[in-house]
Amino acid sequence: MLATLIRLLGDFDLAEEARQDAFAAALQHWPLAGVPDQPRAWLVEVGRNKALDRLRRQALFRDRILPLETAATEETTPPEEDEDAHFGDDHLRLIFTCCHPALNLEAQVALTLRTVCGLTTPEVARAFLVGEDTMAQRLVRAKKKIREAGIPYETPAPLLLDERIDGVLAAVYLVFTEGYAVTAGSDLIRAELCHEAIRLGRLLDTLLPRRPAIQGLLALMLLHDARRPARTTAAGDIVLLEEQDRTLWDRTRIDEGLALVDAALGGRGPVSPYAVQAAIAALHARAPRHELTDWPQIAGLYEVLLRLQPTPVVELNHAVAVSMVDGPQRALDLVDSLAARGGIGDYHLLHAVRADLLRRLGRRPEALDAYGAALAASKLEPEQRLLQRRMEELQQL
Amino acid sequence: MQYLLLIYRNEAEMMAMSPATAETQMLAYRDFTQSIIQSGNFKAGDRLRPTSTATTVRVRDGRTVTTDGPFAETREQLGGYYMVEAKDLDEAIAIAARIPNARDGSIEVRPIWVLNKA
Repeated sequence: MLATLIRLLGDFDLAEEARQDAFAAALQHWPLAGVPDQPRAWLVEVGRNKALDRLRRQALFRDRILPLETAATEETTPPEEDEDAHFGDDHLRLIFTCCHPALNLEAQVALTLRTVCGLTTPEVARAFLVGEDTMAQRLVRAKKKIREAGIPYETPAPLLLDERIDGVLAAVYLVFTEGYAVTAGSDLIRAELCHEAIRLGRLLDTLLPRRPAIQGLLALMLLHDARRPARTTAAGDIVLLEEQDRTLWDRTRIDEGLALVDAALGGRGPVSPYAVQAAIAALHARAPRHELTDWPQIAGLYEVLLRLQPTPVVELNHAVAVSMVDGPQRALDLVDSLAARGGIGDYHLLHAVRADLLRRLGRRPEALDAYGAALAASKLEPEQRLLQRRMEELQQL
Repeated sequence: MQYLLLIYRNEAEMMAMSPATAETQMLAYRDFTQSIIQSGNFKAGDRLRPTSTATTVRVRDGRTVTTDGPFAETREQLGGYYMVEAKDLDEAIAIAARIPNARDGSIEVRPIWVLNKA
């Protein structure tokens, strides 16, 4: 409903006020007159009228009412059988507006959670570990830019659509990774973010069906989220993939994810990096035990991913897979060459992976040094505890 | 000869100005504009919306890359301008991306501040 009001009114704040007015009016009228046949259409109509009243009162008549009334005459007789299609279109428009590339990624994510997902400003602030005032300002600034820079409230033209979908998916994936990361902050909020990201993924998949990038991202999120119950202990300690109790994994999510991976890889068009990552997650999900993981295929998929996304993090993950196929020495060579090229900096996972490989090679003092470097570079408490545990185990050998 | 006069000033100070000072400055601008219209020097001039509304557009490897915020490099210098009418930011970005220098330089897209003609 908010999405529809934003389309009709062309302004986020005005639409939010209109929605509140409409709900207030419904509380007054419905108990007396009964719920109308089309409650949503009723609310939209009342909301729009309230907003027009508001605009008139604010003496913005010249600037805004005239164009709106022209638009309204086209809107008053919506084809009723299209009600749901309309609703979907409005949602899609809203997502593309919130994730417009002229907004920075932080603003896109905040605005999407606030407007599309309906989280409150304090909830969004808590999710991103910033103060409520900071988040409120970020939202105000984003809405101001939409209004003043003329960001359209529209689904992009077909020619632009693929490019713009990438931007939307990046924002959705950021919501998910923010929720999935083992950072400080309450678990409830984190799970909520993953849940919202998956909901957005499903919505996109429904509204823009059969697109490998969307299917791939949704699959990736489902397959990772399936592991949530197994990846931390009750005390909040990290349980590594190899040690997880796989019976705790969410089978429903895995099944949905696996079907989507097949669809994403079987679709037409270029291979989506999300689909490749999802295919990797699928191989983990399919392995009944860690020892039965299909590492050669995972290493191969990382090579494909490296061609699509040649980033240091992908290289690092590729090296880990290689260590399971060709042993730790070849992987260590890859990691050392990655480190020598620079560009990855003092990344804690680089040190952690090196430490692990050195430990498996029996090079204990060097492994301890690397664990120390990882510990110094890590900023998250559960990660630090894991690294400390590893160091202690090694010292006791 | 034609010349482009570019106005640089501290945006934060502008925003923090008292209504009285802002009024004085607006009148000064009005007088100045009137004077160059009368003298026949005036071609075009507008006030821009603040940098918070700016979008920077670059085309790299055939892909349009948009970033939030004004152009902030010191390696590139202002070399020209177009003023265009576009129905929304997407159209403005699409036009900006077609400017030849979008492929090696940057184009800042900033909305004109249309003053109320009351």
